[in-house]
Amino acid sequence: MSEPIAIQGPLQAPLTSRVGMTGFAIGIAIVGIIAVAALIGNQFVPHDPFTQDLGNRLKPPFWMEGTQAGHLLGTDQLGRDYLARLVYGARISLLIGIMTVITSGVIGITLGVLGGFFGGRVDDAVLFAITTRLSIPVVLVALAVVGLMGSGLGLVVATLGLLLWDRFAVVARATTMQIRNLDYVNAARCAGASTMHLLVKEIVPNIASHLAVVATLEMALAILLEAALSFLGLGVPPPLPSWGLMIAEGKDYMFFSAWVIMIPGVALFVLVLGINLVGDGLRNLLGSERLR
Amino acid sequence: MLLLIARRLGLGLLVALTVMTLAFMLTRLSGDLAISIAGPAATQADVEIIRKAYGLDRPLYVQFFSWVGRAMVGDFGQSYFFKDSVANLIARRLPITLTLGLTGLSLALIISIPLGILAAVRENTWIDRGVTMFTMVGQAIPSFWLALILMIVLGLNLGILPISGTGTWQHFVMPGIVLAFTAIPALTRLTRSGMIEAMASDYIRTARAKGLSRARIIFKHALRNAAIPVVSIAAVQLGFMLGGSIVIETVFALHGVGYLGWESIAKNDFPVVQAVVLVLASIYIGLTLLSDILNALLDPRLRTG
Repeated sequence: MSEPIAIQGPLQAPLTSRVGMTGFAIGIAIVGIIAVAALIGNQFVPHDPFTQDLGNRLKPPFWMEGTQAGHLLGTDQLGRDYLARLVYGARISLLIGIMTVITSGVIGITLGVLGGFFGGRVDDAVLFAITTRLSIPVVLVALAVVGLMGSGLGLVVATLGLLLWDRFAVVARATTMQIRNLDYVNAARCAGASTMHLLVKEIVPNIASHLAVVATLEMALAILLEAALSFLGLGVPPPLPSWGLMIAEGKDYMFFSAWVIMIPGVALFVLVLGINLVGDGLRNLLGSERLR
Repeated sequence: MLLLIARRLGLGLLVALTVMTLAFMLTRLSGDLAISIAGPAATQADVEIIRKAYGLDRPLYVQFFSWVGRAMVGDFGQSYFFKDSVANLIARRLPITLTLGLTGLSLALIISIPLGILAAVRENTWIDRGVTMFTMVGQAIPSFWLALILMIVLGLNLGILPISGTGTWQHFVMPGIVLAFTAIPALTRLTRSGMIEAMASDYIRTARAKGLSRARIIFKHALRNAAIPVVSIAAVQLGFMLGGSIVIETVFALHGVGYLGWESIAKNDFPVVQAVVLVLASIYIGLTLLSDILNALLDPRLRTG
């Protein structure tokens, strides 16, 4: 879930640069491979993720006995090819992660920059909005919205986007406060730049690196939350192969064929780990210890 | 100090009121509540009867203020599905969620504080890297997936714990472990960085110069200072954990408030959904208030408010 705003101390001293950079490289490799698989992977999988084959239900993956040639990762409870579904699921996870970060980023950065730049009443209002947002239980509200309005990919993105902007706002606000009175901002102000110009051209580009770190964290969180919502049956609707939904559908068979939940679970874990490693590497590169 | 508490209390009430407004609006998102409650087989006359019976024929603002007014005195109305008052339902389920939350938090603290200390005193060794790696892994594991794996390993293969339900204390062990895992990465990192900062400070150098033993320096001097943020964050963290327990309660069929929320969402039971959102938010608000007060008690510099 989200982290409390009260944290201000250095949360993580940078690792020795060599170790940090190894993690960064691994992270980029993981995210890169999954992204490529999501984009063009379906070209290489000989099956369609939606075609059912009830005669070939729950065939195990290649490393187990009783596997079936052609279905590298086996088939699910409806005989659909697991690899094809996994690859399609990567597309859903990444799409939801990216779209949610864009939505929540726009909301959070706008609020944070306005609060940090203007201070006073505006800042009070922004702080109040952040406090309120943090007190709202994210999973419950997201479930309620999807439960009431019907499940769908767009709705999940919109809901998560409206709920996950808090950390963007906190970081944008704090970093804007640090730089709002620096010389180059004042110089631009004296040169007659409009407030809009100051915010968009002077402030935002200079806090962008900090925001990039937040973006990776929020993307990982959004992907985990989508999987949780889909797992509870109130996220991406079937037959779309969201990884969370695949785990939910495999749950009934997990005591006999544990691989049905292991495969999508590991995929989810590896993707989120990769994104977090990228975020950690970025943070070390920036030396911005105050962010998480 | 009193002024600080009063200000925070006022802010908390304002936040609670905003959350109430949002919770009310949330349940009106779907359009006509009476139609959803009546179900697909209902006739127009049925819908009219339900609309009257639940007071849904009144203007929205009347419904809102009547709900807020009654919620202030603990009356959240009647559940449509459970045929019981919402207050009763929540009162019965809340102890389970609180037990789960406190179990999870205790486990998290027991694991993350020693790990954080260990990583800090062995900074930049392989132990430190191992702990950091552990927190990265912990952050990336989906909690519901970890729950299923524990069910397979501890429940089925080893057969030492019940797989789901609410009956005995054993039913809280696996959910507690999973819930703890959601807090361990953050708490470990916080302890580690707090300890590193404390170990580099002047008073530790003084303690060293006095010739105190290493154990005494670490546990008596450094830990006391590093613990302040951890203790106060722990309260806030508990709030997040209670809010996030809905997934874990649902996986383990643990009949707490989160499970109640999930059931009532699935059953279109709006008074319960509203109340659960409000109760969880209020607990969070209360805990942050507690955390602020705790902070001020521990650190006199924060008392001016």
